[in-house]
Amino acid sequence: MENNTGNGQNNYQTTPCHEVDYDRALPIVLGQIFTYGDLFTKLSFLIMGFSNIIRGQIIKGFIFLLTEVMFFYFLLMEKGGTYHLDRLISLGTTPASQADGPFGKITPNDDSRKCLLYGIGTVIIIFAFLALWAESLKSGYEAQYFVAKGKRPNSFYRDIQIYFDKKIYRTLLFLPIVGISIFTITPIIFMICIGFTNYNAKHNGYTKLVDWIGFDMFGKVLHMGKDPDGTVNMFSHTFWSVLGWTLIWAVATTFLCYIFGMILAMVINRKGIKFKKFWRTLFITSVAVPQFVSLLIMRSFLSEFGLLNSFLRNFGLNPPDWLGDSTLAKVVVIVVNLWVGIPYTMLITTGILMNIPAELYEAAKVDGANAVTTFFKITLPYMIFVTTPYLIQQFIGNINNFNVIYLLTGGGPNMDTSKYQAGDTDLLVTWLYKLTTDSKDFNLASVIGMLIFILSATFSLITYRSSGSYKNEEEFQ
Amino acid sequence: MSENNTTKFRSRRKAQNTADIVTYILLSILGFMWVFPFIIIILISFREEQGMDLSYIIPRTFSVQNYIDLFTKPIVSNTTFGVWFKNTLLISIVVTIISTFFVLSVSFTMSRIRFKMRRTFMNIALILGMFPGFMSMSAIYIILDAFGMLGKLTSLMICYSASAGLGFYVAKGFFDTIPKAMDEAAWIDGATKWTVFTKITMPLSKPIIVYTVLTSFMGPWMDYIFVAYVMGTHSDKYTVARGLYMMIDREHAQKMYTQFCAGAVVVSIPLAAVFLSMQKCYTEGLSGSVKG
Repeated sequence: MENNTGNGQNNYQTTPCHEVDYDRALPIVLGQIFTYGDLFTKLSFLIMGFSNIIRGQIIKGFIFLLTEVMFFYFLLMEKGGTYHLDRLISLGTTPASQADGPFGKITPNDDSRKCLLYGIGTVIIIFAFLALWAESLKSGYEAQYFVAKGKRPNSFYRDIQIYFDKKIYRTLLFLPIVGISIFTITPIIFMICIGFTNYNAKHNGYTKLVDWIGFDMFGKVLHMGKDPDGTVNMFSHTFWSVLGWTLIWAVATTFLCYIFGMILAMVINRKGIKFKKFWRTLFITSVAVPQFVSLLIMRSFLSEFGLLNSFLRNFGLNPPDWLGDSTLAKVVVIVVNLWVGIPYTMLITTGILMNIPAELYEAAKVDGANAVTTFFKITLPYMIFVTTPYLIQQFIGNINNFNVIYLLTGGGPNMDTSKYQAGDTDLLVTWLYKLTTDSKDFNLASVIGMLIFILSATFSLITYRSSGSYKNEEEFQ
Repeated sequence: MSENNTTKFRSRRKAQNTADIVTYILLSILGFMWVFPFIIIILISFREEQGMDLSYIIPRTFSVQNYIDLFTKPIVSNTTFGVWFKNTLLISIVVTIISTFFVLSVSFTMSRIRFKMRRTFMNIALILGMFPGFMSMSAIYIILDAFGMLGKLTSLMICYSASAGLGFYVAKGFFDTIPKAMDEAAWIDGATKWTVFTKITMPLSKPIIVYTVLTSFMGPWMDYIFVAYVMGTHSDKYTVARGLYMMIDREHAQKMYTQFCAGAVVVSIPLAAVFLSMQKCYTEGLSGSVKG
């Protein structure tokens, strides 16, 4: 249906007067409005809503006009749009002087972060205004078109009615999009911009202003090997080693959880096992407890003088410090993640397992296959075929698995020995978190964030786009 | 010959029985491993003796004092656990209302209405979801600062619900299962799309509405990072997750471990109940709207 848009447009070019479908057939290209529009419509390019006012859509026209006036007032007023755009480029010119204190002389100063934020805000407002401007032109042309056909243009009330019928998507999406723009899109653009500046602990944007530095930070992070002067580049050294562990972690946890969760589901599904529901609820209950609670509990159990070690000492053993040794801590976090993740997988796979055609198993039994062969030749291939999207989702989820690492080890052990602000079990996300909260290396954190994005996007786009649910969305309905 | 068969049958049944017993034992051990930590926490929460002594499990003296202390004694500068509980409840109620509205609007639009920017919107939503959330945290902090909302409960309400529209996938999948013919029949009868949304789609979507409500309700109870970032040291504005996290940090753990356990129980029981009922709605939601 969406493809028809193009056709409607072409039809219109050759035959300007035929039945109008508000959204599709009216010219969408502004050039066409300019070509076919009369004087009033053309004037609307400068004075928004002019065509509407002339043709009797007074309220609508004045709303357009008022928005235009407000927009230009915002742009030109003191400390308005142009001022912010200017400062978006300079990121501030007057730093707060060090002597300023509660009793010092107060001088008006720039804050680079606010310069950047307000600058981005201004750009977004300009784009929103341009969208409204195009909308007003379409509406103005529509009014001209109605009058030319001898009809009355829509009354204001009728326009509102349309917003609850044909254009209901605009009404329903308006608030969600405003929310997303302010609290998701703006922050992401802001942080992407930060990656191209020198905003870090040394340049706090307040007493020392921030400047644009381009791709320097990417170079520092991605550059392998030693710097020209022979020293190890801490940023890239840390990045590659953290990335390596992140990938090992993601692969290990995803597949181990998957296999063991599936085996658990199969064991419960076995013929002849009673109280299936009881067993399932037993495991699901552990999922139901908030994750941070169960992980905090786990940490206090595993700590040097925790429950587990007291228990082992009672038997006269000399227990290790589970989270204090590099290799051991890595194993322990993976095992604890299994404890967290297996019930989830069990939950997801139970239903799918029951859908595997029983004939497959019967045929295998006739051929004399044992349980292990059946699992690897029938169950596993079938399950992987059905659950690939789920696996990818889990994999990306594990790359970004903040809770388990942060709550159990906090990234340690061996913080700050060979790596920059990262310990041996730190994943990219936990490292990113520490960079923004502890060491204030915002530009480094931003670059890491973008690299995580590229990593997850690559994995998911490959699978998502080849999955049936994306390609055949319409066929199903 | 027949005797031979019977023995074979018997031995197979015997093998089956042994396998069953092994399975039961295995399941019991595993089940115990999964539930054990929670049992311990419940037991510790009833301990009268304070402190973080984990060398024994069964409390020497049972008492409910920890639960009473939780709601009467200030944990940090005049703030009791009750205050955090109230904050969280208030936030999650507001968040639930706003996000449910957002999620249902967006998913209905994406599922039932065809318009020019639909695919674009869905792709953008997908792309935005791939940025790690922690990356934008400091930017949100600056935005909240610019709006003058730092350290206020409203800031959390807005942050948790503002972007809810991006999580439309599950509900959209559900709406996709409602036959389009129903909408078309209503349009022929002169219904507007708004009427279709409110009078036809919504009444058919109970499981998914309940699911959306419950998921949005649970969100604010889980987050401890963002609260810490936005609220800083305003401990009277914390939520339960942040509060519990504070109770078990280096400074407080020794003194408050038993209260922490009590708090964990207080938070977990309602959330577990919500989660289990959500699970039911989710399965119902997946099985489609109009049966037969």
